[in-house]
Amino acid sequence: MSQDATPNRPIPITDPTTAPFWAAASRGQLSLPRCGDCDRVHYYPRAVCPHCGSESLAWETLSGRGTIHSWTVSRRPAGAGFKPYVPYVVALIDLEEGARMLSNVRADDIESVAIGQAVVVDFEEMAEDIALPVFRPAD
Amino acid sequence: MTRDVVIAGIAEAGLNKGVFAEPVSVLDIQAQCATRAVADAGLTMADVDGLLTAGLWGIPGAGTIMPLSVVEHLGIKPRFVDGTNIGGSAFDAHVAHAAMAVERGYCDVAVITYASDQRSASGRNLEGKPPHLNMQFDSPFGLLTPIGSYALAAHRHMHEYGTTSEQLAEIAVAARRWAQLNPDATKRDDLTIDGVLESAMISDPLHKLDACLVTDGGGAVVVTTPEKLGAAARKRAVYVRGYGESVSHWTINSMPDLTTTPAAKSGPAAMQMAGVSHDDFDVVQIYDSFTITVLLTLEALGFCKPGEGGEFVANGRIAPGGAFPMNTSGGGLSCSHPGMYGMFLLFEAVRQLRGDAGERQLEKATTALVNGTGGGLSSTATCVLSNR
Ligand SMILES: [Zn+2]
Repeated sequence: MSQDATPNRPIPITDPTTAPFWAAASRGQLSLPRCGDCDRVHYYPRAVCPHCGSESLAWETLSGRGTIHSWTVSRRPAGAGFKPYVPYVVALIDLEEGARMLSNVRADDIESVAIGQAVVVDFEEMAEDIALPVFRPAD
Repeated sequence: MTRDVVIAGIAEAGLNKGVFAEPVSVLDIQAQCATRAVADAGLTMADVDGLLTAGLWGIPGAGTIMPLSVVEHLGIKPRFVDGTNIGGSAFDAHVAHAAMAVERGYCDVAVITYASDQRSASGRNLEGKPPHLNMQFDSPFGLLTPIGSYALAAHRHMHEYGTTSEQLAEIAVAARRWAQLNPDATKRDDLTIDGVLESAMISDPLHKLDACLVTDGGGAVVVTTPEKLGAAARKRAVYVRGYGESVSHWTINSMPDLTTTPAAKSGPAAMQMAGVSHDDFDVVQIYDSFTITVLLTLEALGFCKPGEGGEFVANGRIAPGGAFPMNTSGGGLSCSHPGMYGMFLLFEAVRQLRGDAGERQLEKATTALVNGTGGGLSSTATCVLSNR
């Protein structure tokens, strides 16, 4: 886990449904609810499955592997807290287990980032019990 | 038995270099435009019994329960109100909602209002939303708002179909050429494809000139039934022949398919209601928040097949003199863009159908399609309008 505390980035304001996602991230795990009825994982975490309406949901620790569905580079900061990162990659990641999430891809060479590229999760600590799941190119 | 529904009056606040020519508050802009739009319809404010509005001003505060502040400021007591805010497409959805109310006699004369002083008040920035609720999974990652969502869609479209930045730039160039025919447009200097590609990259692959302007803007639209109108106003009335809406998400992680906008549903619904097909339109007004918005919308509406949008807009087809007259005012890319542009699509469609479009007036303009897009490709509303 990389230590990258930047207090100026927006820190997620959690609620009872979402807190386990951020807490798992602070333990170095990517975790999402899987539906007991339709068997699908969804992002972001909800109390009711957005695919089938079931409330039978259980947290599952995911592999942390995924592929880049699409990406962009923020050439300007999305607020003061992002200034140290410019330019930075924001991407939609298709997780191996089936959900799609928005995240960052931390690559040494942002020109190498591409759709279809394999990525793995990494975590950046933001606050107590909150870490940000980001991705880096898979080895 | 339902009644015919028409757009009988429009009024747009004047701009000077992108800011209000007459610098009054967003509430006063709406009061002025409502009054002028009602007069354009040959009616008075006393006739108004429906009010629809949306905007981004005064939140938190006067704009939090927006229709109440507008009703109060206008001094009216409507029996039908609607504050639906689904982003920039809201006003095109308001036409549908007003039409349903008027068709059934739930109200007789509805006014749709909007104002934004985002340019003069420097009210727009690229910062995200507070990181709570669904935004806690969006704001911490620094996607630029709203351009980042459109950039993700653009990259995906390029990957799937080979669409190029040059093809997207063609949309901005066509808009500029229309703007050069519109004395009220904000940006009228020459623009080339290279000029778009050489402008600053903001959110790859979208450049500064792939993005709409940031201006003030405001206006009002009157929706009523022909039986409320005098002979002169009836002659200038534009019929609302069909409408459709579709909404699918807010944050881009939840967009079902990055290259298919909700217009794939709202468009066919509106066309079916109107009993028209693609070849029946003399002019179309497509929300152009970004160049990619136009390309995706043309495909979603079925004017071309998925993936063929780049070829469709090439070689000046959507520019003045082209086979597919589109965004004839210069659009959000070159005329004005006050944050929620959907009402301005209606203005230009009505002007063309009334024969009021000056140098840019099309020879034949009987039937128009308007398609608003809001949020991050989140919502669409489609209207089919006809001058008979
Ligand atoms: Zn389910």
